[in-house]
Amino acid sequence: MTKTNETHTELALEIGASQLELLEKLCNATAVSGDEHEVRQIVLEEIKPHVDEVKVDALGNVLATRFGRGENRLRVMLAAHMDEIGFMVVKKHDDGLFEFERIGGIDERQLPGKPVLVGREHLPGVIGAKPIHMTTSNERKNKIETSALRIDLGPEIGDKVKPSDRAAFATRFEVIGPSLRAKALDNRLGVATLIELLKHAPEQIDLLAAFTVQEEVGLRGAGVAAYAFHPDMAVAVDATPANDFPHWDDDDENDRYNTRLDAGPAIYVMDFYTIPDRRLINWLVETGEQTGTPYQLRQPGGGGTDAGAIHKVREGIPSVSVSVPIRYAHTAVSLARLDDWAYTLNLLHTALGRITPDLLAGERRD
Amino acid sequence: MIDLLAHLKDMLSVAGLSGFEKPIREIVQKAWAPLTDELSVSKIGSLHGLKIGRGEQPRHRVMISAHMDAIGLMVTGMQDGLLRFTEVGGIDPRILPGQLVIVHGREDLPGVVVQPPAHVLPETDGDGPVAMKYLFVDVGLRPGDVAEKVRVGDTISFAQEPLELTGEALAGHTLDNRVSVAATTLCLEELKNRAHQWDVWAVASAQEEETLGGALTSPFDIRPDIAIVIDVCFAKGPGSSDWRSLPFGEGVGLGYGPNIHPALYQRFEQKAKALEIPYHQDLMPRMSGTDAMAVQVVAEGIPCMVLGIPLRYMHTPVETVSLKDIRRAGRLMAAVIADLMPETLEQIQWEE
Amino acid sequence: MKPLIKKLVETPGPSGFEYAIRDVIREEIADFADEIRVDALGSLIAKKGTKTDAGLRVMISAHIDEIGLMATHIDEHGFVRFVNIGGVSPLTCIGGRVLFMDGTQGVIGMDGIERGKMPALSDLFIDVGATSKDDCPVKVGDVCGFERPFLDLGKRMVAKSMDDRIAAVVAIEAMKRLKNTPHEVHFVFSTQEEVGLRGAITAAYGVDPEVGFAIDVTRSGDTPRTNPKMATALGDGPAIKVRDASFIADPRLVEWMVKSAQDAGIPYQMEVLEAGGTDGRAIQLTRAGVPAGCVSIVCRYIHSPSEMVDSDDVENAVRLLVKLLEAPIILD
Repeated sequence: MTKTNETHTELALEIGASQLELLEKLCNATAVSGDEHEVRQIVLEEIKPHVDEVKVDALGNVLATRFGRGENRLRVMLAAHMDEIGFMVVKKHDDGLFEFERIGGIDERQLPGKPVLVGREHLPGVIGAKPIHMTTSNERKNKIETSALRIDLGPEIGDKVKPSDRAAFATRFEVIGPSLRAKALDNRLGVATLIELLKHAPEQIDLLAAFTVQEEVGLRGAGVAAYAFHPDMAVAVDATPANDFPHWDDDDENDRYNTRLDAGPAIYVMDFYTIPDRRLINWLVETGEQTGTPYQLRQPGGGGTDAGAIHKVREGIPSVSVSVPIRYAHTAVSLARLDDWAYTLNLLHTALGRITPDLLAGERRD
Repeated sequence: MIDLLAHLKDMLSVAGLSGFEKPIREIVQKAWAPLTDELSVSKIGSLHGLKIGRGEQPRHRVMISAHMDAIGLMVTGMQDGLLRFTEVGGIDPRILPGQLVIVHGREDLPGVVVQPPAHVLPETDGDGPVAMKYLFVDVGLRPGDVAEKVRVGDTISFAQEPLELTGEALAGHTLDNRVSVAATTLCLEELKNRAHQWDVWAVASAQEEETLGGALTSPFDIRPDIAIVIDVCFAKGPGSSDWRSLPFGEGVGLGYGPNIHPALYQRFEQKAKALEIPYHQDLMPRMSGTDAMAVQVVAEGIPCMVLGIPLRYMHTPVETVSLKDIRRAGRLMAAVIADLMPETLEQIQWEE
Repeated sequence: MKPLIKKLVETPGPSGFEYAIRDVIREEIADFADEIRVDALGSLIAKKGTKTDAGLRVMISAHIDEIGLMATHIDEHGFVRFVNIGGVSPLTCIGGRVLFMDGTQGVIGMDGIERGKMPALSDLFIDVGATSKDDCPVKVGDVCGFERPFLDLGKRMVAKSMDDRIAAVVAIEAMKRLKNTPHEVHFVFSTQEEVGLRGAITAAYGVDPEVGFAIDVTRSGDTPRTNPKMATALGDGPAIKVRDASFIADPRLVEWMVKSAQDAGIPYQMEVLEAGGTDGRAIQLTRAGVPAGCVSIVCRYIHSPSEMVDSDDVENAVRLLVKLLEAPIILD
C-alpha cells in the first residue's frame, strides 16, 4: 500500500479549489445513460476555450480535438463516459407515486429508502418501501424487487413528472478528510480528468477527447466516437471498484479486491471486454516507475470500460484503460481518495507528454 | 391503392427465416418495384429500395429499416425418421407441441411438432415442459425417405394460415415483422404523391432475429443521415399488462429511450398530434430490442427513431395485430418524411 | 502434417498473448505468401494470389489463440489465484498443469470444497512450488496456458489446443498446396477469438473481403450419451457449417461448398452447432456485410486439455479448402 502524500507539492497538476469545484458541479449534475444533457453542457462550457474543434455527434458524445505542433504527431484518443446509472419513471400511479426502472447495473438492494432527484427540474422524491412492521419474516429473506418500489414525489406533484423522465440519486458532493464522497464519481472523475488534460495538453500529440454517452448500458457511445476520430491509440479513463474489504473470516485473505484505495491509479491488464495492448500498459507502468507516481494493476477479470468498444473499431486501435479506484460504485454514495485522483491525473499527464511515434512502432507486443 | 390484407397474406405465405430471406425478399421486391426508383440487394440479403427525393444534390437520406426475417426451427439430426431441431430466433419451447410446420428439405414437407411421452424422456421431464432438444418433427415419411429428402441444417417454418379475426384484427405467424414491411410499403405508396426532398431508402433488413446483421451492415452502405426503425411492440393481452405493453389497435408506439434521438421523437410526436394519428409513448429505458440497437452505432453514429406496431402473442404462430395500426404507422412515417426539408438535419440536435 | 501439428499445438498462445505462435506460423508460411503483415490486434495476415476477372478478394480465418488463465493475486503462501481467458471449465482444470509465458510451470490445486458441489474457478489456485509470496515468480497479470504434450494415436490425434491450431494447420497446408487461384486470398491467423472474435473483427475490416470463410473446430456427437445430440462424428469428413450460435452461414455458399465437395469426391458432413461461435460472424457483419461460411473440423472434448481430432478429417479439410479456393466462387 502506498503512503498518501498530503501536499502534492511535487505534482505537475494539482487538485486545487477550482478542480474540486468542477468535480462537485459534475457529480451533482444528473446524466443518466441516454440523457447526458447536464454534464454535456458543463463539459462544453469548460473545454471550449481550450480546444481547436468540438462537436456533439449523433449519439450525444462530445468530441473535442486539441492539435499539437510539429511533425509526426500521434493521434491519441482519451475517452471518459459522461453518463451515470439511474432510473427512468415508467408509470404514474395515484398520490404522487411513480413506478420506475433501473438504468445501468444497480443492485436492487441499494434502492429502498434513498432520496432521488427526478427530471430536468431535479424535483425531490424518495424511493419508498414497505415498513418492517408490515413485512413477514419470509418476505425479509428475499430482496425487495424494483417493481415493488415506488418513487414518491408527494401528492401534489401533478403533471410536473411524467413517464420517460429520468431520475438519479440525490447525494450531494462532499469532501471528507482525504476523501471525496458523491454519487456518480463513476465517471465524473474521468470527465474531470479529461477536462484538466485538455487544459494542459502536451504539444507533441493531437489530443482527441471523447466525452462519451451510454457507457453504462453497453459502451455504446465510445465506438462511434472512435470511428469518427480514427485515432492511432486510445486510453479510456474511468472509475473502478475498490473492493478491498476484510474477509468475514479473519483467517481468509480477500483475494478479489479488484483495486485498493490509496494505491494510486489502476492500470488494466484484462477485463471482460479488452485485453489491452501491452505496449500501452508498459508505457503507463514505466511512467509510474520513472516518475515515482504510485499506480496499481487492476486485478484481471470482469467489468469493462469504453476501451472495450474502441479497440475493435475499424482495423483495430491499440487501447488501454486507467481508472481511479472508488468504493461503492453504482450506489447512491461512492467514495474516492483525493490522492488517487491526483495521481491518476498526473500519471496520465506525464505519460501523454512522453509519447513518441516509437511507442507504436513494430507489432503489438503481448 | 395497395390492398393491405392481400399484401400481408402474400408475405405470410412464405418462410424467410433469418439468414434465409430469399423467398420473402422476392415478394417485397415485387411490391416495392413500382414504388421505388432503384432496388438492390445487400451482400447478406437485405433489400434496399431507393426513392429519390426532389431536393437538390447532395440530398440528405432517411432510411426506414423493417426487418423481414422470420423466426422458425432448423433440423439438427434425425432418428427413426423423426427430426430433431433447434430454433432460429427466440422461441419458447412450450408453445411448440402440436404445431403444424413445413420442413424445407429437398422439397417442402408438411410436418407436426411432437412431444414424446414421458416414459422415453429423462425422469425430470415427466409432466413438466419438454425441452426443445427432446421434441421431434414428424413429416409422416418412412426413415429412408426422410434421410433422402431432409438434411441437417434444413429450415422449418410454421404452417399456420393467417386468420382474420373481428375488428380488423389479423392473426398468423411472422406478423413480427412483416406488418412493418407492409407499413413501409404503405409509406412508399403515400410518398408517390408527395414532393419529398430527401432521398428515402427503404430497407427490408435480414437477420434481425439472430444477429441484427442487416441493421449492422445496410446503414454502413447507405450512410443515412437519420433512420426510422419500425418493428412490432407488445400489445396488452394475457400476461402482458404492465407499462411495457400498449393498448391493442389503439395507435402506434413511439419509442423513447437511449436508442432514440429525442429530436426525432419530438418530430414524430408533433406530427402524430397534428394529424390526429393515435399513438402511445413506448418506453425503452435501456435498449429497444430492435434493429435500432445496431443502426444507431454504425460508423460515426446515426440518429434513430423507433416506431412500434402493437402485437399480441409475440413469437408464436398466432401473433395478432390490428390492420388499423399498420395503416397509421405507414401514414405517420410518410408525413414525417414529407416534412424533411434540406435544412431539417441541422435541427436534429442534442441541445434541446 | 503431424510434425507441423505437434509444433503448433505445443506452442503456447492464450488470447491476447499470441506472439510466440504468431512467430512460429510466420516462419512456416514465409515462402508461400506474397505479402505478410500484422494488424493492431496482432492477427497475422498473409496475402496469396492475384485477383482475376473470375476471382474475388477472399478471407480465410483460423484463430491462433487458445484458452488460458491469468493471475489475479498471489497470496502470502505463494499460491496464485487466477481468472479464465476464454471458456475454461473448473472440471478440466483440477489436477492440470500450466505453463506461463516466461516458462514457469505449475499445477492446479483446489480449496477444500463440499462433496457433490461443483467447484468454481475461484476455488482453484495454481501452485508453482513457491514457499511464499516473496519467492513466487508469478505476478498479477501473468498469463499461462495448459500444458500437455501432443499425443499421436495414429488415426486420431490429441492435444490441448486443437481448437484452433488444427485449423491453422489446415490453412497453412492449403496455402502450401494452392498453386492456381483466381482469387486474392488473405489467410488471416486471427487473435482473441476465444474472448469474442476480436481479432477477426478488425482483420475483416482491414481485409475488406468479398467472401470469407472461417476454419474452426466443432463439437462431435459421437461420444457415449452425448447431450444435446449432434449429427457430427470424427472421421466423417470436414463439416460444412449451416449455423452456430454466432451466425448463420450464407446459404448460397453452403450449397456451393456442398456441391464442390461432392464434385471432388471429398467426404463432408453438415453442421448445426447450437452453442459457440466462430470468426465467420466477424466476417459476415463487417462493413456493408460479406457472404461468409465456415469449414469445421469435428473435435471431441473441446476446451479440455485433451482435444481429439481425426487425421483423415484434417487431410480432407485441406483438400476441400484448396478445392474451394481454386475455383470461381458461385453465389446464386
